[in-house]
Amino acid sequence: MIQTRTSRAWDDLVKGLASWRLAVSLGRTDISLRYRGSVLGPFWLTLSSLIMVAAMGGIYARLFHMVLRDYLPFLALSLALWQVGLASIIQESCTCFIDAASTIHAMRLPFTLHVIRLLVRNAIVFAHSIVVPIGVFVLYGVWPGLMGLASIPGLLLWLLDGFAACLLLGALCARFRDIPPIVAAFLQIAFYVTPVIWQPSQLGPRSRYLVANPFYDLMELVRAPILGHWPSPAAIVVALALSAIWCALGFLTFVRTRDRLAFWV
Amino acid sequence: MASIRLSDYSLVYPMFHGSARSFKKSLVRGVRQSLSASQRSDGVQRVGGNIVSQADTTMVLALDSLTLSIGSGERIGLIGHNGAGKSTLLRALAGIYESPLGTLAIDGEIHALLDPQSGMNPDLTGRENIRQYGQMIGLDRKAIARLEQDVEAFAELGAFLDLPVRLYSSGMAIRVGFGLATAPRPEILLMDEWFMAGDHHFQDKARERLTRLIEHVRILVMTSHSLPILRSWCTRIVWMKSGRIHQDGPADAIIDAYEAEQGQA
Repeated sequence: MIQTRTSRAWDDLVKGLASWRLAVSLGRTDISLRYRGSVLGPFWLTLSSLIMVAAMGGIYARLFHMVLRDYLPFLALSLALWQVGLASIIQESCTCFIDAASTIHAMRLPFTLHVIRLLVRNAIVFAHSIVVPIGVFVLYGVWPGLMGLASIPGLLLWLLDGFAACLLLGALCARFRDIPPIVAAFLQIAFYVTPVIWQPSQLGPRSRYLVANPFYDLMELVRAPILGHWPSPAAIVVALALSAIWCALGFLTFVRTRDRLAFWV
Repeated sequence: MASIRLSDYSLVYPMFHGSARSFKKSLVRGVRQSLSASQRSDGVQRVGGNIVSQADTTMVLALDSLTLSIGSGERIGLIGHNGAGKSTLLRALAGIYESPLGTLAIDGEIHALLDPQSGMNPDLTGRENIRQYGQMIGLDRKAIARLEQDVEAFAELGAFLDLPVRLYSSGMAIRVGFGLATAPRPEILLMDEWFMAGDHHFQDKARERLTRLIEHVRILVMTSHSLPILRSWCTRIVWMKSGRIHQDGPADAIIDAYEAEQGQA
């Protein structure tokens, strides 16, 4: 059976998706192993984000002269979205294939299986940390109503981008081992230039340049509907366009590197 | 009918050492090289030595244009010195290593015993590893329960089966790994030489289990340094030297020739 590299990569993708059950069970195992032996288990995640939100909320509301009732729901939601949805997926995508090295060397499984496993793992973490913003929303009686559902397409786009991140960064980091720290440093900067702990309105008229920050656009897609307003059309267009490029890059990298991955990890 | 066909198949294996894993250094090296190349074309005297971008990467031609055809009923033994390409060939047949050079066509369901740990996760218990392995090779719930019983009876670990594998002695881990790897009933079996490990009592048991498995498969491809085992189990021997097929023929004839050469050396 002679296949081209592209069709082999595509085949890998299809087989990976078809074995989602296995990926889900591997992802769940990862989480339960991470918290094995601790009483709270994955609820440590909830507790740690609770502490983070309480501490940062107190400090920054004072620094920014803001009313907690306005600020805290924003902060709690933004932190949960940023930490799990963006930062953690991007950081973990770097070691997506490296971490699976022993499995990759032992048996033939689709490489994309490890990608789905990573996404499942992060989805579980997300489910635990989203409890905090929900709690804060309830506490202050803020409720997005049905409009909140509009953030679901945004979340799906995040999943897709996360998938592409694994294909792109996972492969590059398997080859070049100094990329993960570079990504970590980059994410640190991105955290401060993206409105996560500060609000776009604080920039005043200059906030219109924010649309050039892809993290802002992605964030808006999910965050805005929950906070009760629509993301700007510009943000939607930029987020979709960049995601398309990002996914194309991810797939092309995967096509070119797939048959090398077993040697690299 | 099960079959394996290789035609002009080669596999190049990259080995990284020194700073080859560093993205920064590889980038700098690439820039320097293109600079020195442009300087040369301008007729300007070159500064420093010519740095080859692949300085720290050695490409090993692990398999060199192999052409081989294996049909149903054959029992193939691979012999050759360490580094002759035996294990690499097994990994290529198993689909773990892929190569765009030449063609490799396999007809039949394949199973490989390559790694004594069979990709086991050391943090999971023996039992959890058995279940996970069952899922990975695509068994359904009932088959996984049977696999669990089968391996439990074979490994004779008692209560240890419910402890994490990292607490096992190497012999105990091999018992589970061996039991797992030898449980499926494939058409084509690939086997690396590690299966001879284990304590004395275990070896007899392992031999018996392996013999039952081998009787069942259509094609066996194995590597071993033990010539008596190869003589008794194999019908055909492929003698490899530095990635090439040196000799290929009936077991006794080739092993005699191999022994004669060993004797000279």
